[in-house]
Amino acid sequence: MSIEETKKEYKPLIVAFCCNWCSYAGADLAGTSRLSYPADVKIIRVPCSCRVNPLFILRAFQRGADGVIIAGCHPGDCHYTSGNYYARRRMTLLFSMLDYLGIERARTRVEWISAAEGVKFSTTMNEFAKTIHELGENKKLEDLRCKELLK
Amino acid sequence: MQRVIEIIKEKAGKLLADGTVDRVIGWKDGEFFYDPTPAVFSAGELENLRYDSFCGANVSKYLIAETKKEGKILALLKPCDTYSFNELVKEHRVDRDKVYVLGIECRGKADINKIRDLGIKGIESIEELPGDELLVHTIYGDKTCKLNDVLLEKCLCCKSKTHVASDDLALTGEPMPEAPKDRFAMVAKLEMMTPDERFEFWRGELSRCIRCNACRNVCPACSCLKCVFDNDASGVASKANADTFEENMFHIIRAFHVAGRCTDCGECSRVCPQHIPLHLLNRKFIKDINEFYGEYQAGADTTSRGPLTDYTPDDVEPSIVMKRGGDQ
Repeated sequence: MSIEETKKEYKPLIVAFCCNWCSYAGADLAGTSRLSYPADVKIIRVPCSCRVNPLFILRAFQRGADGVIIAGCHPGDCHYTSGNYYARRRMTLLFSMLDYLGIERARTRVEWISAAEGVKFSTTMNEFAKTIHELGENKKLEDLRCKELLK
Repeated sequence: MQRVIEIIKEKAGKLLADGTVDRVIGWKDGEFFYDPTPAVFSAGELENLRYDSFCGANVSKYLIAETKKEGKILALLKPCDTYSFNELVKEHRVDRDKVYVLGIECRGKADINKIRDLGIKGIESIEELPGDELLVHTIYGDKTCKLNDVLLEKCLCCKSKTHVASDDLALTGEPMPEAPKDRFAMVAKLEMMTPDERFEFWRGELSRCIRCNACRNVCPACSCLKCVFDNDASGVASKANADTFEENMFHIIRAFHVAGRCTDCGECSRVCPQHIPLHLLNRKFIKDINEFYGEYQAGADTTSRGPLTDYTPDDVEPSIVMKRGGDQ
């Protein structure tokens, strides 16, 4: 494939907030196990899934993300005992609100991925990237001022 | 029959005289007759106190500042205001010991815009007649209308006519009308729409936002000393919107920050100069919380944990959002 062709192809930008203790280590395992996940996924390491403020998600969309996924320890396995339980409630309500405002609900997702689940990490990211690819560009929550910066 | 304002003035006068409280927070005339503004009165100033069908403003938020001062204050709270008051006490924003709550009766408050829509203009004063009638004195003569036809949105779905926090009550003993309307009806209707229809609906509503911050400033639950939107770097600081994203972000975050703490007092929609139905955002959160985590009324007590500061190991997963409503 020539460079010109690569440029034209739609490349989604996916932001993955990964909890330091489980999902980030899961991504590591995926790497050491030679499992691939799309390069469109940009990982941001957070101490815990409950560190993810709803504003982070909106900011990601503002700055050009087409999908946001939050990955944390399985409920009950949180390094801080209960962080992901709080995150689960918050994200449920936030996603429901985004859906209520008419924003495609498939653009946001929460997955529980442990440090031992390299395979799950890889399949989840592949599947999510595919969904976002099908949805196309994020138009409903875009900020045109930021689009200029991306060029 | 004694009017409620007389009972209030009598009780307030007594409490001021015997030194239980040294000031009163209630309402005084605003710029126009129909916009009474919350005000603090000391002994001897009570003749300016008013309480009528236009006193929809919730005074509980003012108690945050007032309870930081010396002395005890008498707060005139309508039933729905007592929910906000409880929530503020629960969050340690208001010192309960410095407030004497006088629960005052409320038949529902009138919306000036709805009165105008009935063709009644030039309003000089208003009187509640026994039953459901309102007598409106205008510069064109006296007019009457039904209170039920001109109720504020928040009063159409009145939570309760009973005070959940009070040290004393000022009631006339008249029967209070019950609110007939289902408060989630409109939310449910929106949920049944397709995502694109919903998006169009909210674009139409939110694009009118002028970022005056009235909804934030009036909200009793929005009481942070430093608001996230006061941050210059937030990109949405008190200015006209340069991009639709700002409107969406401001309103999502505003509603999210009060999720689980919003008592549905309806002040945000009442003060919105652009008539954006902000209560529909808050009620969506309330409806979701009720459906996912069990019925919860913020402010019903001062001890229970709010739904977002609590959890159970078998809460629903966020993916439930994918399964609800129609297909995309």
